Amino acid sequence: MPRPFTPKIITANDLLEGDVIYFTATGSWSRDLAEAELITDEAEAQLRLLEAERDALSVVGIYLTDAKAGPNGPEPVHFREDFRRTGPSNYAHGKQEANLEATANV
Amino acid sequence: MYKYNDFDAAFLAERNAQFRAQVERRIDGSLTEDEFKPLRLMNGLYLQLHAYMLRVAIPYGTLNSAQMRQLALLAEKWDKGYGHFTTRQNIQYNWPKLRDVPDMLDALAEVGLHAIQTSGNTVRNVTSDHFAAAAREELEDPRPYAELIRQWSTDHPEFQFLGRKFKIAVTGAEQDRAVTRAHDIGLRMVSKDGENGFEVIVGGGLGRTPMIGKVLREFLPKEDLLPYLDAVLSVYNLLGRRDNKYKARIKITVQENGIDKIRDLVEERFVERRAEFNGADRELLEEIKTHFTPPALRGGNTQTYLAAYDSDPVFRAWADTNLAEHRKEDHAIVTISIKAHGATPGDATAEQMRIMADLAQEFAYDELRISHQQNVILPHVHKSDLPAIHARLKEVGLATANIGLISDIIACPGMDYCALATARSIPVAQDIATRFEELKLEHDIGHLQIKISGCINACGHHHVGHIGILGLDRAGVENYQITLGGDATETAAIGTRTGPGFAYDEIVPAVERLIEAYLELRTGEDETFIETYRRVGMDPFKAALYPEARKKVA
Repeated sequence: MPRPFTPKIITANDLLEGDVIYFTATGSWSRDLAEAELITDEAEAQLRLLEAERDALSVVGIYLTDAKAGPNGPEPVHFREDFRRTGPSNYAHGKQEANLEATANV
Repeated sequence: MYKYNDFDAAFLAERNAQFRAQVERRIDGSLTEDEFKPLRLMNGLYLQLHAYMLRVAIPYGTLNSAQMRQLALLAEKWDKGYGHFTTRQNIQYNWPKLRDVPDMLDALAEVGLHAIQTSGNTVRNVTSDHFAAAAREELEDPRPYAELIRQWSTDHPEFQFLGRKFKIAVTGAEQDRAVTRAHDIGLRMVSKDGENGFEVIVGGGLGRTPMIGKVLREFLPKEDLLPYLDAVLSVYNLLGRRDNKYKARIKITVQENGIDKIRDLVEERFVERRAEFNGADRELLEEIKTHFTPPALRGGNTQTYLAAYDSDPVFRAWADTNLAEHRKEDHAIVTISIKAHGATPGDATAEQMRIMADLAQEFAYDELRISHQQNVILPHVHKSDLPAIHARLKEVGLATANIGLISDIIACPGMDYCALATARSIPVAQDIATRFEELKLEHDIGHLQIKISGCINACGHHHVGHIGILGLDRAGVENYQITLGGDATETAAIGTRTGPGFAYDEIVPAVERLIEAYLELRTGEDETFIETYRRVGMDPFKAALYPEARKKVA
């Protein structure tokens, strides 16, 4: 029996900033995992990956990774992706920094 | 220390201009990422989990105050206000933007620093003893030889595309502070018939196949250094495997072919290569040596030091742990801990870097060193200046008295930054340091080296830690294996795994159980952890680590 397909998202790093970005359903890139497209079909995942790779000039290191549906959009399955969407644990840098600033500005 | 001549400056300017053009071509789409990646790596630019990372070489760990200030400037202007000193005498910036990197490299060039060959399958930054030219038992300052190797290996046309990276360490002292036995080539200065030369060790390394290096040549005359290294690299370049990345390091070449065959091939090649060297290397070495003239160490009495030592317990604790004997009686070697309890091992803020630069300029003959243990050293300090230095360090959180103790932990960046990591290492180091600070046991425990890596590549040197911790991904969860009995010195040894690993929230209690066992087992305060381990072996520590397993057997 083939293993059931785990839903996927497409992620990469931005060429200029180097930060983590996610491929959305409209074919753009977002810095917010919640806006990523959750792909539930294996064949579709490969096609979407090819589409994402057309942007290879402005993004770096595109890959598919496991994700699951959450109340506010896709969520990471593996802790590595959890760190990528948050930032390091020793300083409030990376995406969490932007989130903190956004909260502070509300 | 070495000062760039016109050739060095022009070479670096041209190289930086090339890289600037490469970045521009990547951004305008003329270069694909596949084309650009090897170019950026040759210039020290990685892409990590959250951002780019620029790794800057600090050749043989030596800096002057102007260079340290420039490192601070980079941290402040193009990063997030800090830098991370690594286990190979580099500094890493974790947050540069691609467009800024050419400017960062130009700023480094202003003070004679670069990021060339801090990545890629080339000869990497040549490392050395951080106490070089200051240690009492040293035969000779190893740094002129390290600088010679740096110049020879930089952009060496034959060795830009080796099978794998290649790391060289040099020491001039019997006490090995440069981990020479865990390098692709380790050079240890030895004396024979009144002449200094090098013992050449080859095929050491950590990573997924840890090995202690083997002696390739017991005594190499100093003047033959470059032709001999040329021969070793040449033999490795042809014989080393390229079919499997994990079997491509020279340690595997040595293991598969045997040290005797490698020696024969190297000696044969050496005869050819030596004939090709026309003596320019020896002239260059003599010229380089003039840059390393020892500073004229001042005299004067040491009463202020003795008075502070007697009257100030905080200063005394710091002096007891952070000072090492200098070759001149009235001087000391100061190790500045950049491992305050709970802080990230090896991180220094721009302000801290500037204070250390100021102290070097005012009190330490303008010299600083970076150790592979991720601390900063003032190699020559008159003892009467120590109380003033300590007071200034205290003001910026740099006076932690923990050198060689349980909180003086080596830790790689791990999953918090590194794209290769399988688990975090920084928070484990932070938690261990914080826990033993709470217990107030650190000084009672005494000399103990904990080294933590966040993946099998072992940048955190866990194999040679008295207690080594390796973070792995076990079915999507962080898991930490412990090794005991590793040794990074002249009596180098690879640690032995204790058994099953521990979950993230179990690793600090596990280390605590090991320490409790040690405190019970030791014959007295003079017996260090590693000595106790060597005397009693693994079993009692295993029993302490895995009490449940013991119960089951009973």
